[in-house]
Amino acid sequence: MVADEIRRVILDILSRIQPDEDLSGLVDAVPFREQLELDSMDFLDIVMELRKQYRVQIPEEDYEHLASMSGTISYLEPLLKDVQSPV
Amino acid sequence: MRYDTVIIGAGLSGLAAGIRLAYFDRSVCVLERHTTIGGLNSFYRLRKRNHDVGLHAVTNYAPPGTLTGPLSKLLRQLRLRWEDFALVPQRQSSIVFPGCTLRFTNDFEYFEQQVIERFPGEKDNFARLVLRIAEYDPMALNQPEISTREVLAEELDNPLLVEMLLCPTMFYSSATPDDLEWPQFVIMFRSIFQEGFARPLEGVRLILKKLVRKFRGLGGELRLRSGVQKILSDSDHATGVLLDDGNVIEAKNVLSSAGNFETMRMCEQATDLSPPGEISFVESIYSLDRQPADLGHDQTIVFFNDSPTFEYRRPDVPVDVSSGIVCSPNNFEYGEPSGEGRMRITALADPGHWLNLPPDEYAQQKQEWAERVLASTLRYVPDFRKHIVDTDIFTPRTIRRFTGHENGCVYGAPRKIRDGCTHLRNLFLCGTDQGFLGIIGSMLSGITIANLHLLRPSKSL
Repeated sequence: MVADEIRRVILDILSRIQPDEDLSGLVDAVPFREQLELDSMDFLDIVMELRKQYRVQIPEEDYEHLASMSGTISYLEPLLKDVQSPV
Repeated sequence: MRYDTVIIGAGLSGLAAGIRLAYFDRSVCVLERHTTIGGLNSFYRLRKRNHDVGLHAVTNYAPPGTLTGPLSKLLRQLRLRWEDFALVPQRQSSIVFPGCTLRFTNDFEYFEQQVIERFPGEKDNFARLVLRIAEYDPMALNQPEISTREVLAEELDNPLLVEMLLCPTMFYSSATPDDLEWPQFVIMFRSIFQEGFARPLEGVRLILKKLVRKFRGLGGELRLRSGVQKILSDSDHATGVLLDDGNVIEAKNVLSSAGNFETMRMCEQATDLSPPGEISFVESIYSLDRQPADLGHDQTIVFFNDSPTFEYRRPDVPVDVSSGIVCSPNNFEYGEPSGEGRMRITALADPGHWLNLPPDEYAQQKQEWAERVLASTLRYVPDFRKHIVDTDIFTPRTIRRFTGHENGCVYGAPRKIRDGCTHLRNLFLCGTDQGFLGIIGSMLSGITIANLHLLRPSKSL
């Protein structure tokens, strides 16, 4: 998967976790928690959804990389490069 | 087969935990002793009438689209939509003490106005109390113990206002006599006054059926008529459970919603001998040939107390008729006919009396005491007696029989195990003894403990 596809995957996960949130104005460089009503339970869900859907294991010490969309995409690119994008 | 997790109890906390585990591909089996789901908040059918066991109202109401608060968090965690619970807001409720009535709706400003009108001298104090409540995080797990009575005495000057605030908050949550822990008061104040009451037209049945459908749809297994007699263990960890019928179910983890005392009783070498709770109730459910509103009763819930101080403890008499809760499930803003008229009256009861009655005296005693409760309540509601077409009464004995909770206690033991841990490293507790109470609270309890201990991403599948 490339950056754009990863971005769509993350948006999909965010919309599952918080279906009432308007994600259209999401700014990639700004931390999620400053733009969305996400707490630590939701954040863990992002990690668990990635594991459930793409078998990506993210150790706790790497969570800080997932603070924003751009950080998340950079972190996941090498891990998901050989994974097919969902259509 | 060895399950990832076995959950004891198919009540709201067990089912919510089950959904979280099944959603994230854990193999999970929920075991329920009774013939049906729901536990302390179940439902039943009697003489062709559907009744809820524990539900007066769902608290923590928030309208659709709300992004914060316990209801929103719950729906997100269970991947449910707001519509799935079909919650309809209350009409109006009240707290009635001698010489003073405070009304409240789901609009908090209305309640603030009421407080100021009835207690003009407390305006600034009450505002300060509300601020203090807003600034406190009751969900943090390691809290020092603080007495609500002490806090309220610090913030407010008028003792009657203190008692009137304690009345509904204790009645709907307290496992401890006479006082409430501050975090619990904060939770209840928010959920009752600031968020508010609601109810699905169909009652708790709707919520439970949605949970079970979701759980099974995700691959979770639910077994009814499958009581657990023992939790099997090997040195410091549980290995599974032994059912009443002699079958063994193996699991990597066990999550119990049966209660702390009740769970420890199933273990071979329990170290925690905390006693069970003692707060229980009798409740009379009257079916009427009219809507309560047609008889002049438009209140959703009435909390009454016939003296200036609110006594909340296991009574010395079979039933304490000096206080009570009157719930009319028809008085929500349904916008459509709400079925038969109903009045439910709840009062504090002494578990010892009700559990130890000889069977041939039990029915008689239920009738007698229900009549006394009714007589006391008629000081606060229109006289609906000639409209009664059916009566059902339940007592601590009923609650114990159908839920297994010792003493028929509905809010668990006074000592809560907030992190859900036990002496065994893979045995956890959720539900009333973990400490999050109520319809929304109990589901959050199951979710929180599942998240904390059973879904840590670092744990291998």
